Amino acid sequence: MENIDLSLINWSRGQFALTAIYHWFFVPLTLGLAFLLAIMETIYVKTGNPEWKRITKFWMTLFGINFAIGVATGIILEFEFGTNWSNYSWFVGDIFGAPLAIEGIMAFFLESTFIAVMFFGWNKVSKKFHLLSTWLVAFGANISALWILVANAWMQYPAGMHFNPDTGRNEMLNFWDVFLSPVAINKFLHTISSGYVLASVFVIGVSAWYLLKNRELVLAKKSIAVATVFGLIMSAFLILTGDGSAQQVAQKQPMKFAAMEGLYEGTNGQGLIVIGAPTPGKKYNDDQKSHLFKIEIPRMLSFLGYHDFNAFIPGIKDIIEGGYEFKNDNGEVVKALSFEEKSRRGKIAIAALANYNKIKATDNDSLKQAYLTELRENFQYFGYGYFNDPSQIIPNVPISFYSFRIMVGLGFLFLFIFIYSLYLLFKNKITGQKWFLRLAIISIPLAYLATQAGWIVAEMGRQPWVIQDIMPTMVAVSHVDVTAVLITFWLFAVTFTILAIAEIKIMTKQIKLGPKTDGGN
Amino acid sequence: MEFLNRFWKLYYDGFRNMGQLGRNLWIIITIKLAIMFLVFKLIFFPNHLKHNFNSDADRGNHVIENLTKPANN
Repeated sequence: MENIDLSLINWSRGQFALTAIYHWFFVPLTLGLAFLLAIMETIYVKTGNPEWKRITKFWMTLFGINFAIGVATGIILEFEFGTNWSNYSWFVGDIFGAPLAIEGIMAFFLESTFIAVMFFGWNKVSKKFHLLSTWLVAFGANISALWILVANAWMQYPAGMHFNPDTGRNEMLNFWDVFLSPVAINKFLHTISSGYVLASVFVIGVSAWYLLKNRELVLAKKSIAVATVFGLIMSAFLILTGDGSAQQVAQKQPMKFAAMEGLYEGTNGQGLIVIGAPTPGKKYNDDQKSHLFKIEIPRMLSFLGYHDFNAFIPGIKDIIEGGYEFKNDNGEVVKALSFEEKSRRGKIAIAALANYNKIKATDNDSLKQAYLTELRENFQYFGYGYFNDPSQIIPNVPISFYSFRIMVGLGFLFLFIFIYSLYLLFKNKITGQKWFLRLAIISIPLAYLATQAGWIVAEMGRQPWVIQDIMPTMVAVSHVDVTAVLITFWLFAVTFTILAIAEIKIMTKQIKLGPKTDGGN
Repeated sequence: MEFLNRFWKLYYDGFRNMGQLGRNLWIIITIKLAIMFLVFKLIFFPNHLKHNFNSDADRGNHVIENLTKPANN
């Protein structure tokens, strides 16, 4: 792999990151607003109050704008898999195939059928059937997210698969091991709940704008009430699933966990840094301090990682040198291998695959069996075989560190917004709190920043791996002309920027126009 | 039959009575999908392995060769 141009890898990564970030610009609002619509319509059906129908229809219009502009932006990622990440695509094909096929068949049709009823069906179908359609759109959208997140979780924690050395592909051994892996469950729940929080912040922010303009007071207050309660419950859920995700990362991706903290030398009862700055240019084996400054909560990182205030959290240097004890997937206490040892075993696995591939057409069964045994015994370290320098397996520490704090810090800001909003609603004082209404409006872009930061932690923090411990990014990339990647990078940048501008312009125009005066019957 | 008729009418009336915003959104969707599938997919995103190799066996061998290059160096 040494002959692959570094600029090809970097531009391919940049291209994928760009499209994924833009795709995720549209998705979380769809996930969350769909449920808020369903709740609002449920209140309409239960109370018969036409104001709730008007409110539902207004938010449904904004949902429609976001859905229409965002729909199919994820397809570009599929294109990139086939063109720019062909080694990876081939290698994982069978694992990704099943979840994505289910997505195509089940969620897409559920979503696209009932979305028509949702928009066109007012006064055409019964109230209850319309409401059912709205709920099914919400579930369909979230099920769509489920499958791609299961696939992503598998890349972070490749469970339930078997590598076939004859085809060069991974094959699924057990669907449920892939689907119900603890990483997949936490990732799905944490990601969708971040979408619910974003949508709640969006509804409160837009409603706050109406209150500041002294317009649509009833719609705004009722919308804030629904979004506040939903957002508050989902924030609690987000914290709970965030805790679950932290445990999974600590145990399955300890390097990512250490990078998120800028932790080089671990200890028992490790503190969690609340505010700090990692030392720029710090190497894992130099004598510089890990942080320029830091304020930490004692023992909290150990608790986050293992629900044990005294647990040992390995730092970057510990992970490279090995020798510390940890519990493996079978619950046995084992000693961590050093980078050097993992690299040695990885090289054995790669050599075994190369040798097996050379003789697989022959009838030398005993030699083939010997290579296969070597490959299987060392396959879990396969990816380490591509590295000679330990610093190559360290993700970007400052990006992981700051992204994590942006995500968590803003998450707590939104929690404050929901709690304070609830207080103001109870006291009937929300219209008078102009600073709070302004904060709610500013929080809309912050919610997008928080959710993007979450993805940056997840994806940058797991570098250099596309598949944890098995396939590094540099091996996954196709040997294509870097100029082609550069051209498509800029084409996407222009196309998606136009789409994002269209979304913001159409959305703000519609918000300024406000809801139609009559919700109809 | 009655159900299918109502289903068809739902779409037909929905599209016929669509407001300006809905029409604009459909224009955006159409242009976007055309750019994605007719420009990006056809011109810039051939499937690398399907385009360059004739059989799954060849594709598998190519990927295995890529995977095992360091061991051969």
